[in-house]
Amino acid sequence: MSMDALNLFRGQILEWQPLCIRGSGSKDFYGGPLVGQVLDTRPYSGIVHYEPTELVITARCGTPLSEVESALARYQQHLAFEPPHFGHATLGGMVASGLSGPTRAALGSLRDHVLGVRIMDGEGRVLRFGGEVMKNVAGFDVSRLMVGALGTLGLILEVSLKVMPMPLAEASLRFEISQDEALTTMNRWAGEPWPLVASAWENGLMTVRLAGAHAAVAAACQTLGGDRLEPLSARQFWQGLREQTSAFFAGNQPIWRLSLPSIAPPIALSGPILIEWGGSQRWLQSDAHPDLIREVATQNGGHATLFRGSKARDDIFTPPSAPLMEIHRRLKQRFDPHQVFNRGRLYPEF
Amino acid sequence: MNARGRLIVYPDRPHHAFNIMIHTVHPGEPSADTAHTAKTRLIQALAEILPPASLLTAEEELRPYECDALSAYRRLPLAVVLPETEAQVLAILKVCHATKTPVVPRGAGTGLSAGALPHPEGIVLSLARLNRILAIDPLARTAVVQPGVRNLAVSEAAAPHHLYYAPDPSSQIACSIGGNVAENSGGVHCLKYGLTLHNVLRVRAITLSGEIVEFGHHALDAPGYDLLALMIGSEGLLAVVTEVILKLLPKPQTARVILASFADVRAAGEAVAAIIGSGIIPAGLELMDQATTRAVEPFVNAGYDLNAAAILLCESDGTPETVEEEITRMRVVLENNGATAVRVSRNEAERQLFWAGRKAAFPAAGRISPDYYCMDGTIPRQHVATMLSDIAQMEREYGLRCINVFHAGDGNLHPLILYDANRSGEFERTEAFGAAILKRSIELGGTISGEHGVGFEKIDAMCGQFSPDELDVFHAVKQAFDPDGLLNPGKAIPTLQRCAELGRMHIHQGQQKFPELERF
Ligand SMILES: Cc1cc2nc3c(=O)[nH]c(=O)nc-3n(C[C@H](O)[C@H](O)[C@H](O)COP(=O)(O)OP(=O)(O)OC[C@H]3O[C@@H](n4cnc5c(N)ncnc54)[C@H](O)[C@@H]3O)c2cc1C
Repeated sequence: MSMDALNLFRGQILEWQPLCIRGSGSKDFYGGPLVGQVLDTRPYSGIVHYEPTELVITARCGTPLSEVESALARYQQHLAFEPPHFGHATLGGMVASGLSGPTRAALGSLRDHVLGVRIMDGEGRVLRFGGEVMKNVAGFDVSRLMVGALGTLGLILEVSLKVMPMPLAEASLRFEISQDEALTTMNRWAGEPWPLVASAWENGLMTVRLAGAHAAVAAACQTLGGDRLEPLSARQFWQGLREQTSAFFAGNQPIWRLSLPSIAPPIALSGPILIEWGGSQRWLQSDAHPDLIREVATQNGGHATLFRGSKARDDIFTPPSAPLMEIHRRLKQRFDPHQVFNRGRLYPEF
Repeated sequence: MNARGRLIVYPDRPHHAFNIMIHTVHPGEPSADTAHTAKTRLIQALAEILPPASLLTAEEELRPYECDALSAYRRLPLAVVLPETEAQVLAILKVCHATKTPVVPRGAGTGLSAGALPHPEGIVLSLARLNRILAIDPLARTAVVQPGVRNLAVSEAAAPHHLYYAPDPSSQIACSIGGNVAENSGGVHCLKYGLTLHNVLRVRAITLSGEIVEFGHHALDAPGYDLLALMIGSEGLLAVVTEVILKLLPKPQTARVILASFADVRAAGEAVAAIIGSGIIPAGLELMDQATTRAVEPFVNAGYDLNAAAILLCESDGTPETVEEEITRMRVVLENNGATAVRVSRNEAERQLFWAGRKAAFPAAGRISPDYYCMDGTIPRQHVATMLSDIAQMEREYGLRCINVFHAGDGNLHPLILYDANRSGEFERTEAFGAAILKRSIELGGTISGEHGVGFEKIDAMCGQFSPDELDVFHAVKQAFDPDGLLNPGKAIPTLQRCAELGRMHIHQGQQKFPELERF
């Protein structure tokens, strides 16, 4: 079946007509418009290799993320970057969209956990970069280049990810605190040796998650204070952020993602705000003009993405500087010379 | 300092000894006259933009730059430039771009793969004088540094804020941040805290055509392709790093290390798997074989168990509570998995003592042998015992000794092949031995380099690890950044022609798992 799937992919690619690479479609909303005939990755599915003591899992692009997670859970392991599912996410789509969840600031991003990929390029060639080992500096790091490229550089066939043991103990604490104070506190605590793995602020409430050795979590709870959440409501809270099912994300207003230095002050834009990642990720509900939002993000040393709710679906991502754009173009030209993959999904010009 | 292929920690000190060019490359030789005028013109152009103290052209001044810490490979450049500002770097690159002069960037010269080996028709661009820490922001936990700053200097500057820079290569007192970025350097704590890649937010660099570019961001991500990931580990082939924003971490409050003995190497390897399988990521997890402990013990008096076939160093760090809990659990796992003796450091002095031998492994190799050659393959941990027994077999085959230390936690091996370059043919045999280890690393599903880079040294081994199509992608990546191919040419990626000439076949390791892919 896998062989059939690869032949099918290759056949589709070699027609050199625009293709829309798609798993379950859980991230159809994200990025530029969907263009071209659908290349469904789901027939190419399954865990290829999982060795818990090697801390590595390798699986095919069409594998449901949930399948990977349950395989890991059997050995008390997980993907520490807590990628969102937004429905029935597949592994390929997860890597291509490059999104990480609440723990990203403390435990690293999806990209940080990618060890290797196998891709099919725009000429139907199968290429492998990186591998299944933790450290590998042979050749340029092309596997991580695929993360967040939204499929514009090739069809991700297979990915190897670093997995981590689940923490032995967890606790979530809540504090009533202003945005200003929350930003300072999150940054200060991140610089102190607490087992802090996630933090968020919304509407006068800051929530932090501690995880690690039992005694370390207990000691931190005692010193930091606040109200301890019941395990179930803690889980629901973080799940709500990870899957964007919490109340903040309801409604039809455009939702912006501002990626800022963690110490950037509260942003001067009106609209509901949700802060994550110790201040580095700020969600904003706003229908203000994109230029204005981008300008504010830039002034604060960051960038802004129109995450969801865009009508036109162009102008989603902040373009890189001119010399970097030129490098983007050249890379695109090599990986996908006939512009087959996901036209306009990342930037309108490719 | 040894002139014949010994690894040296401070290679920027001048070499006094006479030495032989073991490897010289013969590019298509232009006529002596044109070459001479081109050189004169280049040096004139550089002299216009640099003060005399920043431009070295006399042979005795160039000597110290003829190699990095892998001094078996040596060449003299046309000139060495030592800019002190980013503006000077920019001006130098513009001159080189206009005159089509190859540029080899250089940090502290501690590289172990001849990555900073000069190009005979090019210049060495030393970043050593761009050595200022520009800012430390304790609240944001970042340090903005110039590329010539030494790795350890960052942690020293951050120490008053109880912060540090996590990647800690053994060469950290000497190696530069620019070099760390270029090699994606690791250290003994990278299993838990990551490599350079995981600890850099932004790299500011200049392309060979003279464009200032920033990869990554002050924030945790940047728009567009992850070019920062490409830059890190790019061995000076893509752009010249002029400024780096590093992440700083809170200093662990305390740390303790377990020293465990094993009667055979396989048992030690299995204990490593058992620790990881038990759900703990140790702060450090290192293995030394008996040949190594016997070599280092006389120098460090750490009290290593010299009868053990292998010893493991297994560290926990963090809050006192975490360390207490983890050490107790790891100790039990080790005892249940074949450890014949277990000692836990009782205080910081003892912890340092336990580590002393691991840290002294390279210098000790230098004391028991005139020369040594350090390999850097990485393999899946489960094959560590197989690899070590294969290496033992190769010792007999090549008639050379090899001692083994490695980052057991991540399967990164550092076999040290002992040889004497004064004995004719021994370096060639050493190279062949090394190549055999690399080949085996690929066959076992690993890589030829975990952290030292490919450089000039391992360029042929790349033909075994990657297919021609994959190598072609690497060349395309290089061209995307450096269309003229002037930045550190001849390193890291072999030409397809070279691979064909060598007759090296791409080793299809691990592909039994993907038989369907073979046919493509
Ligand atoms: C005793 C000893 C122990 C070591 N231990 C470790 C270890 O534990 N872990 C580890 O990972 N490595 C280790 N190394 C290897 C070495 O120290 C690292 O690779 C280090 O990062 C090299 O830094 P450098 O400044 O000396 O770079 P150099 O040797 O000067 O250069 C290395 C490469 O980087 C490029 N480069 C340097 N600066 C720049 C710049 N500003 N812009 C672009 N390219 C640049 C050069 O062109 C070259 O390709 C060890 C070396 C020695 C001698």
